[in-house]
Amino acid sequence: MSALSVEGLRVRFGSVEVLKSVDLAIESGEFIVLVGPSGCGKSTLLNVIAGLEQATEGRIEIGGREVTGVPPKDRDIAMVFQTYALYPAMTVRGNITFGMECRGVAKAEQQAAVARVAKLLQIEHLLDRRPAQLSGGQRQRVAMGRALVRDPVLFLFDEPLSNLDAKLRVEMRMEIKRLHQRIGTTMVYVTHDQVEAMTLATRIAVMNGGHIQQFADPQTIYDEPANLFVARFMGSPPMNALPAKLVASGSEIAAMVGPDAATAVPLPNATAAMKGWVGREVVLGIRPECITLPDGKQDTRPGPSLPATVEMIEPTGAETMALIRVGQSEVMARMRPDARPAVGSTASFAIDTAKACLFDPKTESRIA
Amino acid sequence: MSETAITMPGQARPARPVPRRSWLSEIPDLLTRIVAGVIATAAVGYVVGFTLWTVLISFTDSTLLPEYNFVGFKHYWQLLNSRIWQVAYLNLTIYGLGFILGATGVGLLLAILIDQKIRGENVLRTIYLYPMALSFVVTGTVWAWLLNPTIGVEQFVRGLGWTQFKFGWLVDRDLAIYCVVIAAIWQASGFAMALFLAGLRSLDGDLYKAAAIDGASPARMYLRIMVPAIWPIVVSVLVILLQTAIKTYDLVRALTAGGPGIATTLPTNVVYDYMFQRGLMGAGSAAAVMLLLSLLIVLLPYAIFQRLRRGKGGGHG
Amino acid sequence: MVEARSLSALGSRALLYAILIAFAAFYLTPLIVVILNSFRSFQEITQTSVLGFPQQFRFDNWAQAWGSYCIAGICSGIKPYMWNSLMIAIPATLISTLLGAMNGYLLSLWRFKGANLIFGIITFGVFLPAQMKLVPWAITLRNLDLSNTVTGLILIHVVQGMSFTTLFCRNYYVNVPQDLIKAAKVDGAGFLQIFRRIILPLSPPILIVTVIWQFTGIWNEFLYGITFSEGSARPVTAALMALSANIAQAREYGIESASVLIAALPTLLVYLFGGKYFVRGLTAGAVK
Repeated sequence: MSALSVEGLRVRFGSVEVLKSVDLAIESGEFIVLVGPSGCGKSTLLNVIAGLEQATEGRIEIGGREVTGVPPKDRDIAMVFQTYALYPAMTVRGNITFGMECRGVAKAEQQAAVARVAKLLQIEHLLDRRPAQLSGGQRQRVAMGRALVRDPVLFLFDEPLSNLDAKLRVEMRMEIKRLHQRIGTTMVYVTHDQVEAMTLATRIAVMNGGHIQQFADPQTIYDEPANLFVARFMGSPPMNALPAKLVASGSEIAAMVGPDAATAVPLPNATAAMKGWVGREVVLGIRPECITLPDGKQDTRPGPSLPATVEMIEPTGAETMALIRVGQSEVMARMRPDARPAVGSTASFAIDTAKACLFDPKTESRIA
Repeated sequence: MSETAITMPGQARPARPVPRRSWLSEIPDLLTRIVAGVIATAAVGYVVGFTLWTVLISFTDSTLLPEYNFVGFKHYWQLLNSRIWQVAYLNLTIYGLGFILGATGVGLLLAILIDQKIRGENVLRTIYLYPMALSFVVTGTVWAWLLNPTIGVEQFVRGLGWTQFKFGWLVDRDLAIYCVVIAAIWQASGFAMALFLAGLRSLDGDLYKAAAIDGASPARMYLRIMVPAIWPIVVSVLVILLQTAIKTYDLVRALTAGGPGIATTLPTNVVYDYMFQRGLMGAGSAAAVMLLLSLLIVLLPYAIFQRLRRGKGGGHG
Repeated sequence: MVEARSLSALGSRALLYAILIAFAAFYLTPLIVVILNSFRSFQEITQTSVLGFPQQFRFDNWAQAWGSYCIAGICSGIKPYMWNSLMIAIPATLISTLLGAMNGYLLSLWRFKGANLIFGIITFGVFLPAQMKLVPWAITLRNLDLSNTVTGLILIHVVQGMSFTTLFCRNYYVNVPQDLIKAAKVDGAGFLQIFRRIILPLSPPILIVTVIWQFTGIWNEFLYGITFSEGSARPVTAALMALSANIAQAREYGIESASVLIAALPTLLVYLFGGKYFVRGLTAGAVK
């Protein structure tokens, strides 16, 4: 059953079009993450779904019911805000019950609901405190409690973790995921953090410039980005994009990333679409983990290799990143933790082309 | 409500239907919005409406009662050519310059001195600022005594033995306006001090450290670094004092009543005189409109300046 | 060398305090003069000057100033005018503050098209000279049959004060996160409910500042008072002016001093006890 459907949604503020024809269809129980850089329209989309901003055009259904013109309180939604938006003058209990109070729910029922949610989120001991007396993580929990108590058909999260420090953010991220697994309510979650998107979502909508660039499950987004924007936005460090020329030798197709044949990267799974591009300029996309330095022991996969100059190395402990120069391009490679190629030296890097992508340099869409 | 913990993934229920509330239940909310709108509209209507009303009357020959027989710019030309109006603007120029420069100078000096980690700061600040809490009528009345030659400072010093001492500014046509300046500085310099001090205190402490490491002397530090760093506040203070100067009325009335002769009469006094002493509503309104125009000459550039500054992303609210 | 340096440092420190104390004396002199005069006799002042220490402390100036001295032909002292000012300042302060808070809430947290223009016009009202409004007020009060009444002055100060209180409150509410309103809307609270339950509990700091400034401003106001009231309906500032304009008899500086002090006392007390808020209002209103 559809929990949320958005059709042909446009939002214009004066002459600025913030959302340009957005369509989304979300099934019950999904965890959808809207991700994109600031100004891409993701927060506007969330606010329009909540009824806090008005769409210029288009229709929205929540739980199978059209909600255009319905005020936020009657949309059967709950929302968690970036700043938490806890009412400063009320206690935690007051914050949680305020919505029920507005709807005229009986006192006894209110207290029962508070008790249940407080237990679920383990905030029972905080109920009589005020927001100013809580830590960041505790405020976050209370904000979630206020949303949970509504038992809505749809949860909306507006960058709920961005005000937390790095360590707490990871903890709360796991907790939100656990919560979703437990209660199973549909969630729409806005973030600019691609790691949050990858770890939480059942499906990700990558947004840019008022459009949804791609709407798919995390693995598809990562492995088969629809265009260069998605390829660069998702993944850290981002996918390498090298200008190349497609050449054919017999049935083999290769991408030449430098001036001569020594820089040709053979592409094993040539598709029909690829063949049409032979002899033309393309952009070759390769994730950093697909470029590595063989150590002569484990990494002895037979495969293409590419000579490159090492310009800089960044050991992070779990791995060592290297910035290398291939032809005119700078490329990130991900190596085993103890790899220490000398800066300035030239080495032969192994390339795994199984997951390489090709993009049209003009439209930036993926060819294969 | 009780489903929260037991709903399983993929089984979410359909949305609850919109509660069947009658449209009557929305009326109180609608009503409060309307009331709020009416209040805001009234506030706007008051400012715009009364301004236009006075402008309208300034083009008529109204005397004690409003009459809508239009005479064009007659009152404006007559006023501009009248001696009293010219003298009033000359007085305003002298008074305005003296008051603004004096209050700003004293305020800045006191702010910088207080900023030197002194003892008794709170007491001194309270003393410097208390005149702000007083009415101009009180200020004018008391300074009129102090500056009055027969009962004030002159008499006091003569009583100490200097029997030839003279301090008769208040009754001197050329100097009486400076008495207004003194009283106004007394009243408003604490205000300038408080704003400058707040500005200096809001500066990053590292600025002081950096200047000290650069070996700047205290005087140089303030003149070259601190004061330029708070220049938006300096501009604000200047503008606020300037509009205070243009609007000054009660002080003159209590201190000198515009005299001797018309030596301390300001445009505001002329307006009142036309409107309520001579009963010339039309002419008085024309004078008031010209007063407003003088004010706009000051305020409009300031408003534009503020807007530009904010547009550049500088300066907080 | 070191000694010379510390000596000059000591010297400049002494100079610093000398200047600060000299200015303190400048600001305090009028106040001290008035206080001392209020205890001096008529003869004592007229034979010397207003600057002098009382030969003996007398309280009859205070009694006369409060209850029996003749002001413009009415021999009731300053008491009834104090009462008038109180009857004007208290309701006008409370009502204009409440309306200003409402306006500020509407204009800052319910951002609608034109909200900034409306705010701009209301702010302009703060700067608009009173002279621009005297004639319309005169006509309006006459039509409402409120000329020369305390109610008329309350009305003036409520409407007039709204510009100021809206400016203060709006600039305070602008810093309240918009998310709070969104959350309350999702929770189902209405316009007034959000104001009453969420915004008003956050407002005491700005409401105190606004009340203090409004009270001080209205108490000290003179032009409207003198224009739209006469005789026993005058506020105290207008009465003070009539007192010192009394040319029929010799100036009673002692009684006038006591009257000035009584008239100034309410705002001075507000300043002394609410000084922190007073200064906060200064910066809030001015730096904007």
